[in-house]
Amino acid sequence: MAEPLLDIRGVSKSFGGVAANVDISFTVTAGEILGLIGPNGAGKSSLFNSIAGEVKPDQGSIRLDGTVISGLGPVACAARGIGRTFQVVRSFDSMTLLENVMVGSFLRHRNTGTAMAKALDVIGFCGLAARADVPAHDLTPPEKRRLEVARALATEPRLLLLDEILTGLTPTEAQAGVDLIRAVRARGVTIIMVEHVMEVLLPLIDRAVVLNLGRKLCEGTPQSVVRNPDVIRAYLGDRFVA
Amino acid sequence: MTGAAAHTIETRRRTQLLVGAGLLVGLIILPVLIPSPYWRGLMVLVLLYAGLSQGWNVLGGYCGQISLGHALYFGLGAYTSTLLFTRLGIPPTIGLFAGGALGGAAALLVGWPCFRLSGHYYAIATLVFGLIGLLLVENWDWVGAAEGITIPFRQQSWIDLQFRIAVLPFDYAMLAYAALAWLVAWLVEGSRWGFYWRAVKDDSIASRSLGVRVFPSKMAAAAISGAITGVGGALYAQYIGFIDPPSTFGLSLSVLIALPAVVGGVGTLWGPLLGAAVLIPVQQISIAKLGGAAGGVDLMIYGGLILVLALVRPQGLISLFGIRGAAGDAVVENG
Ligand SMILES: Nc1ncnc2c1ncn2[C@@H]1O[C@H](COP(=O)(O)OP(=O)(O)O)[C@@H](O)[C@H]1O
Ligand SMILES: [Mg+2]
Repeated sequence: MAEPLLDIRGVSKSFGGVAANVDISFTVTAGEILGLIGPNGAGKSSLFNSIAGEVKPDQGSIRLDGTVISGLGPVACAARGIGRTFQVVRSFDSMTLLENVMVGSFLRHRNTGTAMAKALDVIGFCGLAARADVPAHDLTPPEKRRLEVARALATEPRLLLLDEILTGLTPTEAQAGVDLIRAVRARGVTIIMVEHVMEVLLPLIDRAVVLNLGRKLCEGTPQSVVRNPDVIRAYLGDRFVA
Repeated sequence: MTGAAAHTIETRRRTQLLVGAGLLVGLIILPVLIPSPYWRGLMVLVLLYAGLSQGWNVLGGYCGQISLGHALYFGLGAYTSTLLFTRLGIPPTIGLFAGGALGGAAALLVGWPCFRLSGHYYAIATLVFGLIGLLLVENWDWVGAAEGITIPFRQQSWIDLQFRIAVLPFDYAMLAYAALAWLVAWLVEGSRWGFYWRAVKDDSIASRSLGVRVFPSKMAAAAISGAITGVGGALYAQYIGFIDPPSTFGLSLSVLIALPAVVGGVGTLWGPLLGAAVLIPVQQISIAKLGGAAGGVDLMIYGGLILVLALVRPQGLISLFGIRGAAGDAVVENG
């Protein structure tokens, strides 16, 4: 069997007394869209921070293409091909959309003209071409989410981590977001996405990993995990378990 | 559609160059039209502070690292070039490069421990480093201690930057300095560094996730900023012909280096020049009217100015021209 693109083995991370992640292991195959689901506080964003190098796991290892990347830091992870968005948007607000995305494209293109051309290409791909010169500060919330996707894509990642980019969108906006995510995958980018909106998420993902209270509850096809009694209990409480 | 956006940034940068070149020509002609030594002297100071503040702006404006210790780099530049001249006879036109190198190196040394601090703590730390520099020079006999150094007049010469007709040549020396500082700012603003600095300033966590090395980015900004300031110090020493600790390492100088950028527009290309053109004449008049800068009255006036500006025009005077954003993205308000 082919080696997985991402291999998470026994990752634990605590903040003070809070165990955000406990002994988490799973793999992600190149080309798939993996859904990372679980109730609020389950540890999804914390796991993203470990994968993206923003925090160092207390225990366990994370491998990208067989090489250990955990503990290398966010800059090395970006250079090795991990792109991410943030649950709470972090746009560069004094810069235009184009300038925001150019910060990403400068990672692989040092020349300003080349970085600009690359950024404009990604902005067009994300459906934001008409907004390229708008200061990020003046973009709408859904546009800011797309800005983060465009900025991460501009670093030419192999693995993209999307943290609740569809949350809070209208159904039409969410559908547009789903189309964008499919188009990103069609470009050959592997995706892990955290999302609460199940009816949007389930048809989109190939596989799901469910976290609860920092631990992995189960993993499998979208259909199998939503029928799993443990998952129903975690989300809705005991009385809903058939 | 996408071509139009590329056009906007490129057109803006070309316009900046054209306006800069036009302004340069105007400023070359200006001192010929104003024969009064007073006005020519005022022009020297405006251009000096325009250049100094342009240098401060690279670190404080684009990169968001507010320094209140830039007099340290200025003083090092002034003393280095002066000592090389008075002790070893090395001409200040060479000494100013040594002063710039030392200013840049000192900014790196201050940055090494201090860039790990966040926000206000960085500003306070630079203030402390500035005061330490002042104290050391005040107590160091070999460099004249509190008495300072008087630079003897050798000969009329551009190499030595010494002139019998005092002011006019310095108009051009400072013009060259301010123009070069502006050009450096223009170049870095459009480069990868310029983008990285603004990203670090806006959100360092997001910038890291895109592969921006935050600490080296700040160090690069510090080196350029400190070097520009050091060169300004060397030029100032030759212009005045006398240096002492308070006039080259003083806290009020650190404030005065930062102020034009703050008043004109932090993180904008034109802010430092505009700010210096407004602020330096005000400062000179207040010194003339109130007598001496030692009383701290001038600092109170700047403090008041900053307060009023922060309330009325937080983006700086440059925003009156419809230029906004951290690095002068020309967005004309209301079309
Ligand atoms: N940097 C941090 N410092 C302290 N506690 C944290 C930090 N990051 C996450 N946590 C804690 O870890 C737990 C999991 O949080 P998080 O990963 O954000 O969950 P999710 O994204 O699944 O909602 C929460 O209890 C949260 O308070
Ligand atoms: Mg979260």
